[in-house]
Amino acid sequence: MTFKWKPLVRHFFMILFSLVMIYPVLWWIGASLKTNGELASPNIFPSVPQWSNFVKGWNAVPGHTFTDFYLNTFALEAAVIAATLVSSTLVAFGFGRLNFPLKNLWFSLFMLTLMMPGQVLIIPQYALFHQLGWVNTYLPFIVPHMLAGGAGGTFFVFLLIQFVRGIPKELDESAKIDGCSWFGIYFRIVMPLMVPAIVTVTIFCFLWNWDDFLGHLLYLNSVDKYTVSLALRMINDSQSAQEWGQLLAMSLVSIIPATLIFMFLQKYFVEGIATTGIKG
Amino acid sequence: MKSSAAMSLKDAPVSTKRRLFLKRWNAPVAGYLFISPWLLGFLGLTAYPLILSLYYSFTDYTLLEPIHWVGTKNYELIFTADSKFVTSVKVTFLYVLASVPLKLIAALLVAMVLNRAVRGIGLYRTAIYFPSLIGGSIAVSLLWRNIFGVDGIFNKIIGAFGFEGKGWITSPDTALSTLVLLTVWQFGSSMVIFLAGLKQIPAELYEASAVDGAGRFRQFFNITLPMLSPVLYFNLVMGVINAFQMFTSAFVITNGGPMNSTFVYALYLYERAFSRYQLGYSSALAWIMLVMIVIATLIIAGTSKYWVFYETEPEGRNGK
Repeated sequence: MTFKWKPLVRHFFMILFSLVMIYPVLWWIGASLKTNGELASPNIFPSVPQWSNFVKGWNAVPGHTFTDFYLNTFALEAAVIAATLVSSTLVAFGFGRLNFPLKNLWFSLFMLTLMMPGQVLIIPQYALFHQLGWVNTYLPFIVPHMLAGGAGGTFFVFLLIQFVRGIPKELDESAKIDGCSWFGIYFRIVMPLMVPAIVTVTIFCFLWNWDDFLGHLLYLNSVDKYTVSLALRMINDSQSAQEWGQLLAMSLVSIIPATLIFMFLQKYFVEGIATTGIKG
Repeated sequence: MKSSAAMSLKDAPVSTKRRLFLKRWNAPVAGYLFISPWLLGFLGLTAYPLILSLYYSFTDYTLLEPIHWVGTKNYELIFTADSKFVTSVKVTFLYVLASVPLKLIAALLVAMVLNRAVRGIGLYRTAIYFPSLIGGSIAVSLLWRNIFGVDGIFNKIIGAFGFEGKGWITSPDTALSTLVLLTVWQFGSSMVIFLAGLKQIPAELYEASAVDGAGRFRQFFNITLPMLSPVLYFNLVMGVINAFQMFTSAFVITNGGPMNSTFVYALYLYERAFSRYQLGYSSALAWIMLVMIVIATLIIAGTSKYWVFYETEPEGRNGK
């Protein structure tokens, strides 16, 4: 008998633990539909769902709606992801496949930049972008990603290098003998095989730029250019009597994209995290 | 041109083809062209800014006024007359020392339990991973501010068990712990990494040691921990580097308060650089941060030979 109890007890604790972990999120969903007075209740379900929280929250920033902020954020994401995919696959192919003078030196420096604390570079980069007149544009986000940098950029290259190294060289060999150029091998042979890794990179590039707060805070000053994270902070700071329901409703909407991606592309998450150890 | 050279090879014997081909992996021009995006980024957006910030740290640069060389004055001020620097270093060390080990221990323990539970593992993993999916966002910081406020649900829940509630975020004794808890809550991504590592450990090792009479504890310390140590090492280093730079939650939830109890280093850097525009002074702060992170990393690396175990070849930096 005791033999069979053990897994049962384990599952009981795992279910309990999972519920504790996820309870704040469940409560959050309910809270987004509550009145301010009801928020102190640990009960997940609101007595009368206040759908108006979402409507009022969506229009809480004067002169704008969250539609603007979502359009801004998605436009920025599209540019950053496109830049990342082009630059990181090129660099990964170079490091993963080709031999060239000083490759080991550059690769060691590349590994060092993987560990480079980004905050050390914030001040000089800000001064640089300020001199170039890029403050209050999206260029401080797009240009670094074009150069295989930016939020997580080096991690993506690293992940892709690992992947390129796993692709059998025989494929390139025959293509090369058939007269394919290096770019042809990169584009027609390696690239199609890299698709799973490219999906992983796209996902994490999206998520990290979505969550980026400090960068947006530094470079985007006018409300016209605000992203969702800056808009959330703006409602948080501007409302004198805090409308928590609206704030939590808008915060909740802001995690929907990440949640959807996670639900539909879960296997790429697990593979991406497990093979490179990148933080989620 | 390349293609015509390759074409002429078609008549050569296979072995020659292959030898010539291997030579061709040498692609000096193409190689540099392919890595040029990173190379430009490295030189222009990492190396140059790094040197620039070292130079700034010896000046009174403010972005708007002409720049003056001030020698080591910034560093002298920081180390002798800057109480906020001392506070922020203390707070940051407390945060790093509390959050990194707690997060890793939680991740390791839960990964080991999940590794045994065969059924439902996907469901548990999803529930436990979800917080790290969203946890870094400002949205979750706002949620946290509500939950741990005086009128928040946390007080209500512990009240039901007879504990007295308080303003967890507004009291200097507990504000930092609240932020640590937010970080530890996101242990899911480390757990997924550990889970992948645990799956790599051959079952024969456990079976053989069980035959030899090793108990659970012996197995944990003599098999699980050594086999997992490269992954643990990688996560420890990255965790420390990230924790030193913690910003969003301290900025949004407590803004450094109450009484500077959550005034982490990154907040001080931000305050000097972007509230007061003292880019020279804050560059000195940034370099001190870099040196602290490098020293911390070197200390961990120095101890690694005593506890990180590589099965065949030292290839642990990719966490494999």
